Amino acid sequence: MLPMRETFLATTERIIDADPDVAVVLADISAAQLAGAARRHPDRVINVGIREQLLVSTGAGLALAGLRPIVHTFPSFLVERAFEQIKLDFSHQEVGGVLVSWGASYDMSTAGRTHQSPGDVALIDSLPGWTVHVPGHPEEARRLLLESIPGDGRVYLRLSAQENVSPHLGVGFTRLRSGSSGVVVAVGPVLDRVLRATAGLDVTVLYASTIRPFDGAGLRSAVLDASASVVLVEPYLAGTSAYWVTEALSDVPHRLKALGVRRDAEVRTYGGIADHDLAHGLDAGSLGLSIREFLGE
Amino acid sequence: MTTVTEPGYADLPRLISLMTGDEKHSAAAESTLDVLWVLYDRVLDVTPENFREPDRDRFLLSKGHGPMAYYAVLTAKGFLAEAELPTWSDPVSRLGHHPDRRRIPGVEISSGSLGHGLPIALGTALGLRARGLTRAKVVTLVGDAELDEGSNHEAIVVAARDGLENLTTVVIDNQSSTRGWPGGIARRFAVEGWETRTVSGRDHEALYDAFTTAHPGRPLAVVAVVEPKG
Repeated sequence: MLPMRETFLATTERIIDADPDVAVVLADISAAQLAGAARRHPDRVINVGIREQLLVSTGAGLALAGLRPIVHTFPSFLVERAFEQIKLDFSHQEVGGVLVSWGASYDMSTAGRTHQSPGDVALIDSLPGWTVHVPGHPEEARRLLLESIPGDGRVYLRLSAQENVSPHLGVGFTRLRSGSSGVVVAVGPVLDRVLRATAGLDVTVLYASTIRPFDGAGLRSAVLDASASVVLVEPYLAGTSAYWVTEALSDVPHRLKALGVRRDAEVRTYGGIADHDLAHGLDAGSLGLSIREFLGE
Repeated sequence: MTTVTEPGYADLPRLISLMTGDEKHSAAAESTLDVLWVLYDRVLDVTPENFREPDRDRFLLSKGHGPMAYYAVLTAKGFLAEAELPTWSDPVSRLGHHPDRRRIPGVEISSGSLGHGLPIALGTALGLRARGLTRAKVVTLVGDAELDEGSNHEAIVVAARDGLENLTTVVIDNQSSTRGWPGGIARRFAVEGWETRTVSGRDHEALYDAFTTAHPGRPLAVVAVVEPKG
């Protein structure tokens, strides 16, 4: 199967061909790949150039006119640069849209901080009512995109170059392993590393590619079946979902270790994606050490 | 037989006074009043009856602060009840110091933060075109100081390149931009390909002509010049 970004673009092209109520808005990024769709549907494949405020506002305006917009660029430009447009033009106006980023926290591993966006999910999480998908496999990305088109909800679909070997298509948390000494939550592309890190440990492993709404009931049920030591492993800013964990377990004494992209320092490094995983302790080896230490094993 | 007459332009100062509490509010105190009146009275096809129809004209107030004139015109045109005006900005009122589209029927966008209306209007104009609703106009109102926000200039370029004939931007020019616009505001639009018309923001006939004279293949910018902000 194609990687997530190419899967998204191919799926989007098919959606645009099939559904006259869908429009896609671009800011140069990925415009070349959608050039064929733009020729066939010039009114519904709109490239505004390198103008990210306008990118987001145009999407909201299309929604006000009754269309379902797909709005796409890198996450640093989509969510961080144009955040007020997301907050006001989508959330405050109460219109729907599907915002799709590719690039994740450090997929563009040699590009430096300008192209890294570990805080995107936390920013979206400051707004009520968004659905946030963090697929861990291209097939999950394809399915989640298709499921995001009907209706008028506000959706953030976060695509990455990192992926797991196989897809897991489920709603909320899927219990992939059951154990008794802790519950490890893996979100999207970190799953395979979490599975390697926890091999031989007596822990429950939960997986989700949809992290908002947060499946508090699924977590709570897993905790009550195992133990109240929870490890959260997210491929973006560490602790982004910690609030939702404490909400889900507000009446259950529990311990929480939140792993993810470092908050304490801006990591200035290049190299490959794996080098960034190491720098943030998100490689399988580092995850194994962190999880064992927290669980006292 | 009694004849119920719809409130007119002459009633607007009284309606505004219901919000401000002034004894006698002067129309000249509201920079947007005449433009709003001409738009709702003679230019826009949007009424309390058709404001949910997909092919209605749309008015997007981008400059959301100082909305008394807007609320007064909406009241005169039947979108709001006069009895609501004295309650404005109360906890129970729908009428805030910035308008909220989720609370006031007929208000197309919630505004307040500057530089959002024109970019949203561009998206809506594109959307109406994509849906084949070519008759519907999209008019957005900005201030000359609001044009300081760079987001407007992103939209000015793209609207002209896309030949968005169904989009009109009216700039209320009360010369309040801190760094100014040497050569005039219209020039910023004209250089990108907009049709531009600079008129008195108090002259109803001139405003009507500016809004309604055809501008095929190009978006329209009307610069409505009013008294400098005191």
